[in-house]
Amino acid sequence: MKTVINKIGIPRLIISILFIIVLVAAKFQGLPMSMLLTDIIKRFGMYGILVLAMVPSIQSGVGPNFALPIGILCGLMGAVLSVEFGFVGVVALIAAILFAIPIALLIGYLYGKLLNVVKGSEMTIATYTGFSMVQLMCIAWIALPFSNKKMVWPIGKGLRNTFTLDTTFGHILNNFWDFHIGGVHIPTGLILFFLLMCFLVFLFTKSKTGIVILAAGMNPNFAEASGVNINRGRIIANMLSTVLGAIGIIIYSSSYGFVQLYGAPLMMAFPAVAAILIGGATAKRAKISHVIIGVLLFQGLLASSMPVANEMFPEGNVSEMIRMVVQNGIILYALTKVKGGKYVG
Amino acid sequence: MECDYLLEMKNISKNYSGNQVLKDVELKVKPGEIHCLVGENGAGKSTLMNILFGMGVIHNTGGFEGEVYFEGEKVDVKSPKEAMQLGIGMVHQEFMLIPEFTITENIKLNREILKDNLVSRALGEKLKTVDFKRMNKDARKALDTLEINIDEWIKVAGLPVGHMQFIEIAREIDKQNVKLLVFDEPTAVLAESEAKNLLTAMKKIANSGIAILFITHRLDEVISIADNVTILRDGVRVCNKRAEETDVGELAELMVGRKIDIQNKQASKNISQEIILDIKNLYVDMPGERVKGIDLQIRKGEIFGIGGLAGQGKIGLANGIMGLYPSKGEVLYNGEELNINDTKNTLKKGFAFVSENRKNVGLILDESIELNMIFTALNIKEQFLINLGLFKLKNFTKIKKYSTKRIKELDIRCTSSRQHVGRLSGGNQQKVCIARALTQEPDVLFVSEPTRGIDIGAKKLVLDLLLKLNEELGMTIIMTSSELAEVRSIADRIAIISEGKLAGILKPSDTNKKFGLLMSGIPLNKIMEEEA
Repeated sequence: MKTVINKIGIPRLIISILFIIVLVAAKFQGLPMSMLLTDIIKRFGMYGILVLAMVPSIQSGVGPNFALPIGILCGLMGAVLSVEFGFVGVVALIAAILFAIPIALLIGYLYGKLLNVVKGSEMTIATYTGFSMVQLMCIAWIALPFSNKKMVWPIGKGLRNTFTLDTTFGHILNNFWDFHIGGVHIPTGLILFFLLMCFLVFLFTKSKTGIVILAAGMNPNFAEASGVNINRGRIIANMLSTVLGAIGIIIYSSSYGFVQLYGAPLMMAFPAVAAILIGGATAKRAKISHVIIGVLLFQGLLASSMPVANEMFPEGNVSEMIRMVVQNGIILYALTKVKGGKYVG
Repeated sequence: MECDYLLEMKNISKNYSGNQVLKDVELKVKPGEIHCLVGENGAGKSTLMNILFGMGVIHNTGGFEGEVYFEGEKVDVKSPKEAMQLGIGMVHQEFMLIPEFTITENIKLNREILKDNLVSRALGEKLKTVDFKRMNKDARKALDTLEINIDEWIKVAGLPVGHMQFIEIAREIDKQNVKLLVFDEPTAVLAESEAKNLLTAMKKIANSGIAILFITHRLDEVISIADNVTILRDGVRVCNKRAEETDVGELAELMVGRKIDIQNKQASKNISQEIILDIKNLYVDMPGERVKGIDLQIRKGEIFGIGGLAGQGKIGLANGIMGLYPSKGEVLYNGEELNINDTKNTLKKGFAFVSENRKNVGLILDESIELNMIFTALNIKEQFLINLGLFKLKNFTKIKKYSTKRIKELDIRCTSSRQHVGRLSGGNQQKVCIARALTQEPDVLFVSEPTRGIDIGAKKLVLDLLLKLNEELGMTIIMTSSELAEVRSIADRIAIISEGKLAGILKPSDTNKKFGLLMSGIPLNKIMEEEA
């Protein structure tokens, strides 16, 4: 029994049990389960790549990428550029990703350089680098000379807080090969794209560069004695993480149907970090399976607890507060497990 | 039985999970004498002291056998605090001082003299004022005893090492009831003149009636200062002598001794005179193991042993050449200059290194045996990869096949090649380390402390493996070890490193005396002259 619990991990176990309790509660409250499941599956696809972005940075020994907003900003820039140039449909989606990647590579490189200077306190530095970049970009969204009517304020200058992607690349992947089973909508394209990204990252971790980065992250002394350039590995891993963050937000926005600018990316690192930690990763070790399990549990719990809370407390804002309590509670709990499961030899 | 001993430790035995580290050891110290405790690393000196101070490591591992008498009474010391209350003090090798405090504050730490004030009268003990005047006076007195001319109100930060050592001592002698002071290799970190001052101070302390137990490996110090000497070797008390009845040579011989079951290597095959590695004036800045200018020539195809006591720099040599610590000097490999600060390049040239620090440098404990085995070869030689043009993917089947073969060859006990090395025993971990080096197919192999922390059976296997590699593949092996007997059992020549410098090169068949002398830093020619 004990070994079984150890294998699953206490955090995963607790969250799974909570998830099941909430689902049962939802059933008893008479909530439409098909809607709930649709929501869970959609969120799984939406958030997946953002969580996947944690894998390279954890493997390189930097810890969870708390500077995910940096990657997100690169992705948003790609999306905005794509819309600005007037692309439509699948082309718009591909264009957004293609615009975003070079930006993300450059910014990720600089960010990796920064992290190499502040070894030992990466997580804190990363969090605040993310925060300040978001604020900096708030100015940029206003100041940059975008002109496409779909994005800018009707009066005055600058981009709107939120703009819809209905006429450009909204829901492209969600509607690709999608179908319904018993009232549950399966966004095949979205899920497939997420799994494809997982596979690519998996290949990367099994490539020479990936293995070297992994070793350097697990034991820098060991890697150094084998002639590994640790700093180079950390930079590559953070570039990759930033690129994944960028692609992640483009897919997220497309699936959501809206692009959210300004303060929206500020807190987006935390749910992603929480998800991978719940999935069984630690600050030093992360696998693709952690990503998939983590996103499913974390987003599943969030998606199902909201309507349940709504049902229990129909008055005004209470359910929104409960949602915040649940989300931040899970994040807090996951963060206390950052070092959890660390093997002591 | 006379009761004029201050401390008597009788029939002390101790084993750590089956590994006997002390056996029937006896130690008797009279009041006011300077008693030296001498032995190689691992002879059991520290364990004996841990028992005396009732350290947790002893109690957590099943306690010890034997009896300890202090001032004629049987005592059972359960914690360092109890030892302190009995009047046993310790001068640590590493300084336990707070840099931002003054000398007085450090001396009186946790034993501050207090005086009443208004608030404390009303609210109790805890709020009393510290009486600096009286504390300074006490500190002055202690410093005067040691004849140190520094002001007691100076902050410790920035003081020279020698002074810190004295403050540490002053703190101990300031304690009112101290009757026995233990000095754990206090001169190791001091310069010669400072060491001399310290010895003078120790004599003075002893004259005031406090007994001193002096742990050291500098044999000339022992002769110059001690009243009695106890020598430990492999956890057994070899002898107890009056210092005047012995000399440095005899002590050296007794300290190194001869271990029973390992045979010294006989002058074997002819080794070519070709120099494969020419080390000139090498300096390595490895904390605790500094190398301060070594010249060495290593011949092709030999097993070259490096011995010496801990902290003398023998470990630094290999680490420096492999570029793991900043180093300078010239190293010629087959006549070609080697950039010793570029690890990758050195590995590419055909060097391999088995680190003395198995758990931190030698292995990734959280990873599989196979990854640990092939990693260096994968990184340096790009082996075990499938080239897909765009990138190189790890070759799962080849890795599995290779590591399984190696596991069988080296008899590594594990469930599969995917098992994490952290779960293996020390001996098996060491084999994985060596396997990693072998995967590189090196020409020169550095092996540091290959048998540290592994059991006797595994030790023999590892040593035999090294011999086999040397004989069958002609690999040049440079083996560093604290266990002299082991080095002597497989090496062709042995360099002894002392104080960061080369003390001398010996044959394995040379006398114990010569080894002992070189290890305590006494040049051979000096002794030879005396004998001649």
